[in-house]
Amino acid sequence: MSFFRDPVVFLTQWLNGVLAGWGLPPAWVQVISFTIGGAILATGAMLFVTILIWGERKLLGRVQDRYGPNRLGPWGIFQSFADMLKIFIKEHITPVGVDLIPYNLAPILSVAAVLMVWSVIPLSMTMYGVDLSVGLLYFVAVGALGELGIIMAGWGSNNKYALLGAFRAVAQLISYEVPMVVSLLVPVMLAGSLSMNEIVKQQNIWFIFISPLAALIFFVTQIAEVGRAPFDLVEAESELVAGFNIEYSGLKFGMFFVAEFVHAFTVALIFTTLFLGGWRGPGAEQYPLLGFIYLMLKTTIVYFIAILMRGSLPRFRIDQMMDVNWKLLTPLSLILIAVTALAVKAMQPLSPWISVPVNIVLNLILIYLTQQLLVRYFKRRKIREVGSRNRPVARLEEPVTSTAESEGSL
Amino acid sequence: MTAMQIIFLIVAAVTLGGALMIATSRRMMHTVLWLVLTLMGVAVLFALLQANFFSVVQVLVYIGAIAILILFGVMLTRRSMVDAGESLVHKNWWVVAVVIALLFAAIVISIQPWGAAHTPLVELMEFKEPISDLGEALVDPAAYLIPFEVSSVLLLAVMVAAIYIAVDRKGGKS
Amino acid sequence: MLSDWLYIAIFTGIALFLPGVAIFLAAVLSPKKPDPIKTSTYECGMETVGEAWVQFKVQYYVFGLIFLAFDVETVFLYPWAVAFNKVGLFAVLEAILFIAILLGGLIYAWRKGALEWV
Repeated sequence: MSFFRDPVVFLTQWLNGVLAGWGLPPAWVQVISFTIGGAILATGAMLFVTILIWGERKLLGRVQDRYGPNRLGPWGIFQSFADMLKIFIKEHITPVGVDLIPYNLAPILSVAAVLMVWSVIPLSMTMYGVDLSVGLLYFVAVGALGELGIIMAGWGSNNKYALLGAFRAVAQLISYEVPMVVSLLVPVMLAGSLSMNEIVKQQNIWFIFISPLAALIFFVTQIAEVGRAPFDLVEAESELVAGFNIEYSGLKFGMFFVAEFVHAFTVALIFTTLFLGGWRGPGAEQYPLLGFIYLMLKTTIVYFIAILMRGSLPRFRIDQMMDVNWKLLTPLSLILIAVTALAVKAMQPLSPWISVPVNIVLNLILIYLTQQLLVRYFKRRKIREVGSRNRPVARLEEPVTSTAESEGSL
Repeated sequence: MTAMQIIFLIVAAVTLGGALMIATSRRMMHTVLWLVLTLMGVAVLFALLQANFFSVVQVLVYIGAIAILILFGVMLTRRSMVDAGESLVHKNWWVVAVVIALLFAAIVISIQPWGAAHTPLVELMEFKEPISDLGEALVDPAAYLIPFEVSSVLLLAVMVAAIYIAVDRKGGKS
Repeated sequence: MLSDWLYIAIFTGIALFLPGVAIFLAAVLSPKKPDPIKTSTYECGMETVGEAWVQFKVQYYVFGLIFLAFDVETVFLYPWAVAFNKVGLFAVLEAILFIAILLGGLIYAWRKGALEWV
């Protein structure tokens, strides 16, 4: 097969041929080619984050009616490099009394936990690290490892506020894992496999059209898992003094920052793979490079939506966040699973032209019922209006002229 | 020694070493971190046996839920933040180690006549992932349906018990 | 299948190695001027009061436990979902029974006030 048809597979086979030609046993050939492929993927993911940061800053600037960075280079594209350079040479201030191994290992673990997901994502039909048969659960399990990094950061900092911030962050993350894992059952049910590439291959109709509610719940819980607005209480500057990464400076802090952006992009990538058809598109099966381009286009749109959410929504309070999760999203996702399972199984012999609209209608009915319940719940709570139309306007008081009276009142 | 044996020995050593460090660490926070390492070692052992599903479920449930729960439990005790003073290892630990080594040697020698102990190492052949077989078995009335439903009742009991204890304590303690 | 795990092991090693090397490089390149005030623990600009210990609310533990119960429940539901296309309607009803029992547990927790963030 020619180079242009499928560059990655062509290069891999050429490399394997060269290495076998040198007389290496096949196991070593595999190890070396895996190492080179993995290194390119990981380095590419980490370098891509500079473009992500630049894009986010420009877009947030426009949402807030200002220019983003526009001094360094055309449209400010070198701003991220300048920031990286600055963070590289800042001093690593290590406070006294820290536990050295958790303190230093935490940023590395945070970044590693996010990067490890990239090995199972199918970037196109033939471009993937490994088509693990339990790829979806691997993604969830690795997310659990990231929470460990936060606890190690909070504990190792020898700081009350860091510890408190770390606990709240972990409580938020584990709470939002429940609706995420439950709503992930829907693509697995529809595709019949846990392998990501298989789920993409089964999406003749994108899963977001078959079950929009599951996609919505998954998207919301993933935004909460990353810790972006409106769920970014744990890292908000005005509360808890920047949370668990108070005592980090220099590149260690930069690593947490990078981990968050890579996590946000990874989340958009997973959402695209599971619900928006991944690399599928016209001509993606013959020309895998086209599949990669489709994937990146769709992911950029999803990431765009996430940035817009960040720029426009106010932050949740911690008890509001927990209420939304345990009282709204978890029962809703469980009921959704039950309804979707019944509907899909009952309509299995029918053609997709009937079953897909029926599924969409069922989802919309669920959304409507939820909305009615919420309206009634808030009406029952009767939030008291503080300032209403009938309140008298505060009148301008005449200033007290006699000073003896005012001194006496003290 | 094939590569698989070497990898197995390394992973087993890491797992057992982590377990040893759990028992002998001074600060309770370190014990939780060593516990995570031990559970990771078990997950890697599952992966070596080509049980993919159980490997990721081990990481997801044990490290993602149980280790964090144990961590919260450790944090509930006040003494965990204070440095534990004396070492937890007995002064004459080498006597115990010698006794255990002798016992192990005795066991190994006594099972030599048993024929099954000498079967050669069999390389597992590649097989197709059996998750869907597991799924079918879980809902088959002739297979594992009753344990499946009973486990849900068990989880319900766990939740109810924990809530009862916590709500009771919340009223009692601060 | 073992070659899958080999790739993941190698990729994990690379993923741990890259930030490690970056941080090491930055630690080599950055200035090191420790100062007793700079390295003291941060507490909003004041001196630290008391030890680094916070009153740990039992609420965290309750959330962790409810999360554990639901996590194990979804672990049971995943094989069923993978085999979904091959089993009949009866299996779907059984799984709905499973979900309903656990939903009952969640509603019990809600009514008892265990889901409040105090």
